Amino acid sequence: MSDLSQALWVLLLGSLLGFELIGKVPPTLHTPLMSGANAISGITVLASLTLILQAEGNTALLLLGSASLAFALFNVVGGFLVTDRMLAMFSRKPASPKSDSRRDS
Amino acid sequence: MTVAVALGWAIDLLAVLLLALGLKGLAKVRSARSANGLAALAMGLAVLGLLIQSPLTPVAWLWIAIGTAIGGLAGLFIAQRVPMTAMPETVALFNGCGGMASLLVALGVALFQGVSGLVAAISIVVSVFVGAITFSGSLVAMGKLQGWIGTPGWTQGQVRHGLNIALAVVALVAAIALPVDPAGPSLWLLVTASTLLGIGVTLPIGGADMPVVISLLNSYSGVAAAAAGFVVASPLLIVAGAMVGAAGLILTQVMCTAMNRSLLNVLFGGALGGAGGGQVGGGGDEAGYSRITSCSAEECALALESAERVVFVPGYGLAVAQAQHTLRELAKLLEANGTEVSYAIHPVAGRMPGHMNVLLAEADVPYEQLVEMDSINPDFPRTDVVIVLGANDVVNPDAKTDSSSPLYGMPVLEVDRARQVFVVKRSLGAGYAGIRNGLFELPQTAMVFGDAKAVLQGLVGELRDLGVGKARAAA
Repeated sequence: MSDLSQALWVLLLGSLLGFELIGKVPPTLHTPLMSGANAISGITVLASLTLILQAEGNTALLLLGSASLAFALFNVVGGFLVTDRMLAMFSRKPASPKSDSRRDS
Repeated sequence: MTVAVALGWAIDLLAVLLLALGLKGLAKVRSARSANGLAALAMGLAVLGLLIQSPLTPVAWLWIAIGTAIGGLAGLFIAQRVPMTAMPETVALFNGCGGMASLLVALGVALFQGVSGLVAAISIVVSVFVGAITFSGSLVAMGKLQGWIGTPGWTQGQVRHGLNIALAVVALVAAIALPVDPAGPSLWLLVTASTLLGIGVTLPIGGADMPVVISLLNSYSGVAAAAAGFVVASPLLIVAGAMVGAAGLILTQVMCTAMNRSLLNVLFGGALGGAGGGQVGGGGDEAGYSRITSCSAEECALALESAERVVFVPGYGLAVAQAQHTLRELAKLLEANGTEVSYAIHPVAGRMPGHMNVLLAEADVPYEQLVEMDSINPDFPRTDVVIVLGANDVVNPDAKTDSSSPLYGMPVLEVDRARQVFVVKRSLGAGYAGIRNGLFELPQTAMVFGDAKAVLQGLVGELRDLGVGKARAAA
């Protein structure tokens, strides 16, 4: 049971962290943030890899794990690259200090 | 071996730290891009940490390589090819695949490794349920945004609630039966019911509400990842999933607030306007408007030519028409003419919050010309010409004055205080909310009917004919 309670603590603290970290976001960044957070949710790659590692030669399991890995990596690679493409457009243009500080606050 | 495990743990901790810092940095303009890189680095570290801790057989390597090659290359390809205007559906596609990954992991464990104990069963049920809903819901959302899928009439009736409730009950029953025989029919029943539920819930929602849905599904994919974390006992996965889940929820809430809608209403209210049409129904109803003035691009160009201060209000229609580059061209002409140009950005302009900023940035619009609602509203009285491009509800003055309007209380751009307003629109059809817009009937408002891109091209042509941009510079 202690494993479970630990896992639940991790879940709770992780959720609180998420709420705190992105509590204040300028609207400008909502789309990139959504895309970036989406890429992070592709962290399921870890589960896919674990599945492959634990497969022990079971081909069906290897296949499932590999397919899952492909889907998750598609999410991760595509997500981060697309987010970067979007954000590159912002950073290309230097913002005026005044408007920038307003957006940052 | 123990060294490897200890090293793996250290790397895991570092990865969590970097993920958190990345997510935090993504919320600030200056640090956003490097934060995105940081999060990507954290993801790489997390994978490295896992691989260090586990002995790898050649067979495992082979399958990892296959999955990596397929997923990685597809991601690379899509990310580089997709146009900026298609960003919402792209996020939906990625998101759906993330859900699919969680679903497959849970399936693999349930089918081949067995489920021991209540906790494991619950983790698998949540992972399958949320993963399948995320997958099918995201794909429907993508199809709707791409225009591949419409909104079938029957989905607007009360039937759908009964249908969805029935699916949810079936899923629940299957979930309860699952621990008895994890690899049996109850698993497949759960997969089927969840998938159908994802479709059933998303299908009735109108295209303009899709961003809210995608944001919510994004949150779900975080939950699915966290559930997968429980399935394979990975604290890192649980933390990251929980963070994304929380992030998606907040974003969803922000969007709903900006549109003055409740999440419940978006999810269960169906396509707003119901029978009234709106974007979803296709045809708008033109009744109900009197005193409409319409004008040609030529008249609009004349007004622009003599204006000293012009504000553009870009909206959904501009994004759909992909007219942001033409808009920039027009703005450049006006700037060469000595006109002060800015863009008023409503928090939910475009197809999702912040989307308009991305689109305009792509068209090389200087960042400082994009002005947010609260900053630009006081400036409208000293603005000569406002051009509303494919926006509707976000400029509706009824939201301030008419307490009977469904939009009442929604923060809007106060363009009605400007001296002259041109509304570029395809027809008098209602906005996504199916609500009449008092702005159209004001004496200072003129409608320019047509596709945003065509009208803007017309304006550029007219202004060139007037010699704008050349004559003034020479004089």
